[in-house]
Amino acid sequence: MSNENQTPAKKLTLKENYALMTRDLGWETSYQPMDEVFRYLKFEGIKIHDWEKWEDPFRLTMDAYWKYQGEKERKLYAIMDAFQQNNGQFNVTDVRYIQALKVFIQGFSLIEYTSHRGFNIMSRELAGVGPRIAAEMQALDELRHTQTQIHTLSQYNRYFAGMEEFPYMFDRTWYLSIPKSFFEDAVTGGPFEFIVAISFALEYLLTNLVFMPWMSGAAYNGDMATVTFGFSAQSDEARHMTLGLEIVKFLLEQDPANVPLVQKWIDKWFWRGYRVLALVSAMMDYMLPKRVMPWCEAFEIYFEQNGGALFADLARYGIRMPKHYEVAIKEKGRISHELWSIFYQYRDAAGFHPWLPSEEEMDWFSEKYPDTFDKLYRPRYEYWRQLEKEGRPFINSNLPQLCQICQWPMLFSEPDDPTQTCYRETEYKEEKFHFCSDGCKDIFCDEPEKYVNAWLPVHQIYQGNCLLEGVDPTAPGFNPLAEALKYMGIKPGIDGGSLSASADAHNWEAWTGRPHNSHEGMVTEPAAKAA
Amino acid sequence: MHVEIKTNSVKPLRLTFGHLARRFGDKQATRYQEATYDLQPSVNFHYKPLWDPEFDMYDRRRTAIVMKDWYALKDPRQYYYGSYTIARAKWQEAQERQIEFLEKRGLLLNLPVETREAITFSLVTLRHYEWGANTNNAHMSAYGWGAAITQATMMNCMDRLGIAQHLSKIGLLIDGNTGKSLVTAKRFWMDAPEWQGMRREMENMFVTRDWFELFVAQNLVADGLVYPLFYQQLDSQMAALDGSFLSLIADFPLRWYDECGKWVDSVIKVAAAESEENQKLLSAWIAKWRAVHAAALTTIAARVMGEHAGQAVANVLDVFDARIKKLGLARGSL
Repeated sequence: MSNENQTPAKKLTLKENYALMTRDLGWETSYQPMDEVFRYLKFEGIKIHDWEKWEDPFRLTMDAYWKYQGEKERKLYAIMDAFQQNNGQFNVTDVRYIQALKVFIQGFSLIEYTSHRGFNIMSRELAGVGPRIAAEMQALDELRHTQTQIHTLSQYNRYFAGMEEFPYMFDRTWYLSIPKSFFEDAVTGGPFEFIVAISFALEYLLTNLVFMPWMSGAAYNGDMATVTFGFSAQSDEARHMTLGLEIVKFLLEQDPANVPLVQKWIDKWFWRGYRVLALVSAMMDYMLPKRVMPWCEAFEIYFEQNGGALFADLARYGIRMPKHYEVAIKEKGRISHELWSIFYQYRDAAGFHPWLPSEEEMDWFSEKYPDTFDKLYRPRYEYWRQLEKEGRPFINSNLPQLCQICQWPMLFSEPDDPTQTCYRETEYKEEKFHFCSDGCKDIFCDEPEKYVNAWLPVHQIYQGNCLLEGVDPTAPGFNPLAEALKYMGIKPGIDGGSLSASADAHNWEAWTGRPHNSHEGMVTEPAAKAA
Repeated sequence: MHVEIKTNSVKPLRLTFGHLARRFGDKQATRYQEATYDLQPSVNFHYKPLWDPEFDMYDRRRTAIVMKDWYALKDPRQYYYGSYTIARAKWQEAQERQIEFLEKRGLLLNLPVETREAITFSLVTLRHYEWGANTNNAHMSAYGWGAAITQATMMNCMDRLGIAQHLSKIGLLIDGNTGKSLVTAKRFWMDAPEWQGMRREMENMFVTRDWFELFVAQNLVADGLVYPLFYQQLDSQMAALDGSFLSLIADFPLRWYDECGKWVDSVIKVAAAESEENQKLLSAWIAKWRAVHAAALTTIAARVMGEHAGQAVANVLDVFDARIKKLGLARGSL
């Protein structure tokens, strides 16, 4: 028996430790063929020669992950508890900010869940240990984001409309099919398309455009709970962004045949992501009582400058700027206004309360959007304001035509003529399909079989598929629009409708003694202050 | 002294979200409830997955088990992300102290070479078993239905990576951070005849598509045999040799096994109580996987436990069968 002392253990660097703890955990199967164990790695045409070439950017072992994340959660929940105890929901600027929070819980919290599912699939289907572990951690992070967002917003839900049915709405509400279809599109693509779509195009290229206005907006508007969540999620996001860049470089370096595929996905997912972000443009410009910066400026910094530098760096792989990026640049002075106009017209069918911008806000727009606002949008708002004054506010009760891909109503204007709505169409199997842009049309034409299945809310209403059980469309007095709204989880007059008439506005003024809209003043008499 | 602190209170309009009020009444929900129930999208899916066009992206038909409400499969530990990571971080602190204790004194490094070889052969090799279990739990999380079960399987997936890395760390303590024991253990997993039964069954689980069957095969049956055999039976044998501190190595996996077992049992119990059809399916799956896993384990036990192997395996199977009976299921016959 040899019992004498061995050479003392050598010190390991973090990198070495990670490599040893993780290396070679996986194996080449021999009792079952690898192609049966990992079934989805070949059909997209991506070629991976050596998964071991994947350099894990984080080198986070599980024990470190638990420790680090557990510590973050302890802090986050302590602040959330304090926020609730102190009725922090009444400390935000005014009730317009609450409307932005509704858009988030309705539209974003469950795309984090869908992302969680997508990364679950990656953590099963990728063959390399390194990328799988990265996907696993991100899958868990995405679950974290869903859950912490719900926990943060739960307090607001107790006092304001439009949040209580968020999971039900996510599956059914017309404008929520925009984020829902976006993420489902990514998850139903192959694993490599998913990872390029989400990790690269969304997380790396576009996420700052969501995160910055959301979190800064929360900070500017006194929302301590959301700001804390934001700071806490930021280090997760930084990891996810790094993963996105690593994965794209890995794919590009593995085989030159991967380059055109990756380029195609970057083109597609830039455009798809950019269209979803239109929602954020409206939020930034219209829904924050204390504004951070206009959308056009954020777009310049986070896409034109940062994105431009990124693509200059990727040029050595043969990757160029995403197709139609120049259209996005042309639209930067327009989309937030075009979008807000749509929400205003359809306010009775929305799950939050849109309003018309005040004089002060319009002056800010004139200053920030000197080329577009006064010429194109101010006259429209002034006209609508006049109609409101006359007691006959403008309402659009026609169902809009939707884009087959991004599912927005046809609201975007021609790239070179902001006075004309942009329409594109194509025929597939003797049916006509409609699009908001060349970007969306290209996506359809590349994979028509996939996109003919899209669940377009307006089509579904017309086909009679948006009715609650037991509703009889042949009954006298049947109102298809009212029934469709019920199906979608929107209580007319409570969740939607104009802000100044809403229960949110009236309750806010009664509870806080402050105007529901700090630019417009009180809508209730101080005497009516009772709740 | 207790004084009532005066706070400015406004009566809320509602106490919780609609979907939770419908399930539990309009009262303040727990954080677990808010973080779990009805979160997974369930209707109006847009596209057929390119990788599996017969099914929707989320699809109840990916298992033969039928549940009226998949959220009945709740986690008795009530783990959501926050409570999960905080609980694991706490374990990790204890674990770190134990590893430090072993490391400082060079306790594993200075073991007789035979003991070190035995630990490498039996325990370090299990890191590949854990990685396989990680893969299987990733499958359940990728294709399961309902956030209640899939968030728990995802946490399980991460737990298995944690345990695989714990076993790797044991290897590094044995080989003085050279990684030699890890290379040797991989060779055992790939080529040692005694390990091949276990690797074969792991690979057979990799191609088991029904995610609930996989839950039974991996989390109930395989773990229900492997953990007691390697961490309890083997531990007591090695302790008899000269490795009493082996219980320090086994502490984390065993603690995990106890905790996780409560969740596994509760899931199986609820699924079985749902219908006779579920019961039959579960019993058949248990019988099928018990047979193959037990056979594979018998081979490896014979090598690592010698003459005690027969008794050890019999003990483990007895405990397992009693557990199945307690869950209201038949062990099933072949």
